[in-house]
Amino acid sequence: MEFLVASSIGLLTTCGTYLLLRGRTFPVVIGLALLSYAVNVFLFAMGRLTINMPPILREGVTEYTDPLPQALVLTAIVISFGMTALIVVLSIRTFLEIGNDHVDGQPVGEPSEAGDKN
Amino acid sequence: MGDWIVIPIVLPAVMAALIVLAVRHDILLQRVFSITATVALVAVTLSLLIFANGNGPEMYALSDWPAPFGIVLVLDRLSAMMIFLTSLLGLGVVLFASSEWDQRGKHFHALFQFQLMGVNGAFLTGDLFNLFVFFEVLLIASYGLMLHGAGADRLKAGMQYVVVNLTGSALFLVGVGMIYSVTGTLNMADLAIQVANIAPGDAALLRAGALVLLLVFCVKAAMVPIHFWLPGTYANAPAPVAALFAIMTKVGAYSVLRVYSLAFGDTAGDMAWLAQPYILPAALITIAVGMIGVLAAKRLNNLIAFAVIGSMGTLLTAIGLFTPESISAGLYYLLHSTFSAAALFLIADLVVSRRGQFGDSLNTAPVFHQSGFLAVLFFIGAIGMAGMPPLSGFIGKLQILDASRDSDAMVWIWSVILVTSLMCIIGFGRAGSVLFWKSSSLDGEIVVEGAKWPVLPIISACGMLGGLVALTVFAGPISHYLNGTADQIFDTSQYIRAVLGDGALAQFGQ
Repeated sequence: MEFLVASSIGLLTTCGTYLLLRGRTFPVVIGLALLSYAVNVFLFAMGRLTINMPPILREGVTEYTDPLPQALVLTAIVISFGMTALIVVLSIRTFLEIGNDHVDGQPVGEPSEAGDKN
Repeated sequence: MGDWIVIPIVLPAVMAALIVLAVRHDILLQRVFSITATVALVAVTLSLLIFANGNGPEMYALSDWPAPFGIVLVLDRLSAMMIFLTSLLGLGVVLFASSEWDQRGKHFHALFQFQLMGVNGAFLTGDLFNLFVFFEVLLIASYGLMLHGAGADRLKAGMQYVVVNLTGSALFLVGVGMIYSVTGTLNMADLAIQVANIAPGDAALLRAGALVLLLVFCVKAAMVPIHFWLPGTYANAPAPVAALFAIMTKVGAYSVLRVYSLAFGDTAGDMAWLAQPYILPAALITIAVGMIGVLAAKRLNNLIAFAVIGSMGTLLTAIGLFTPESISAGLYYLLHSTFSAAALFLIADLVVSRRGQFGDSLNTAPVFHQSGFLAVLFFIGAIGMAGMPPLSGFIGKLQILDASRDSDAMVWIWSVILVTSLMCIIGFGRAGSVLFWKSSSLDGEIVVEGAKWPVLPIISACGMLGGLVALTVFAGPISHYLNGTADQIFDTSQYIRAVLGDGALAQFGQ
């Protein structure tokens, strides 16, 4: 199971990073989503991998799983979900205002008037 | 006094909700609420500052859960100073925005209060994951503020800003996760104890986690090579927001100082002063990059944004030395650079709004309204930013140079800071002469509709410059306070005792 979890985190991070570096907003948004999945699974695994254990320490329970990473993941999921929604709306607005979906505002090889202002 | 520690977080949070729910249709009421709340915040943080000056660190346990299991807020000299600075800056910004900027989009005041809540929370929290949450609060509010009033350039810059910060947040969680996996704690005081007693087999993971976290803080602090988001964001943000963002980079610098002096300081064994070898060289390059940008800038707002990068480099140089003298000098420079950056962004907006079609491009244009008065303000602000006498930038840089005297890197620090100061003077001198001086050789006058003497913005800009003057005049007492702050930062047992009690200190071996 360790191999499975570790390699899936690795795969998600690889794909997420690759997509994040693309020039258009849609792959970037997907890349960020994949990256946040990878982080969530990673964070979950930081409480050690256990199966069929209660998340609470009680009388008579000697083996239990760490509840804190689960709480952290919950917070992280809520935040990344909200952020994904925000960036989707933002990229649509940017597309409508600028007229293309490139992150730096211009297609490759085509200098725009916005480019030389900086 | 303990319960008052939570007020700087609760007050803006309640106000923001109230503004967005109750008075969202009435801009006048929004302004009244927002300004009143910010004035109250200044009063509360001032009393907390006075309290912190006379007492040791004080803890507030949220929901009364005892540390290290619950989340704690900690008020010490450093955090008290930072929240007071935030509220003063916030007051200037909200006054400036209340003249006209807050009508260019919706919900400015609600977002502004949320931003204050996030920044204050980040300064007060004593828990690593809670720091992440407050980072997110302040970032989410800043996304909204950054896009306030929209426009193509601003949306483009905003998109890049959001993507960079979301990636940073993901890395933050990775770092926190790694640190938690080997130490089993997120409480910073408890972390200091666990790091000191770390098992040798876990040390490598802990070190990797701590360095990932350092990377995230340096994204926030705009340190080279991860500074590239800053010029576009600051130059395209609405002026009052850019002024408010002057505190955002300081949040990153504060986090570096807090985490890497408390948990990875003297007591951390093999990992003592983990951040030091990375920060110092990167900070020196940051100064150089910033000031080269100042020389190269073709737009006024870009010029100021690169000057902000340069001043962050100077601040991080002082922090990166990690000695009590350098921290004290760095904190003085932090106060100074916050006010000078905010003042310059506000003054730049007054200039830009009077230049009509010429905007903020650094080209010669005909004379505009109040060009003489604004030239004086710009001159004072530029003197402050460049660090020329008599203003506080000079005192700050002098202290940093003095504090680096014993460092191995002294030659590098002195030469970089002195040469880049000259570059900054040239950059600002050139910009000022193009904007104010050469314009008088052209015929005609730019006429722009609108208030000729907008009262609130001018009060606000002058107030920021007044902050610089106050820092200069009261340099003695402020330095005295900051020396005490630096001593407190280095005596980590005070912080740990306040959070965990005396029992934990025995474990700490002190």
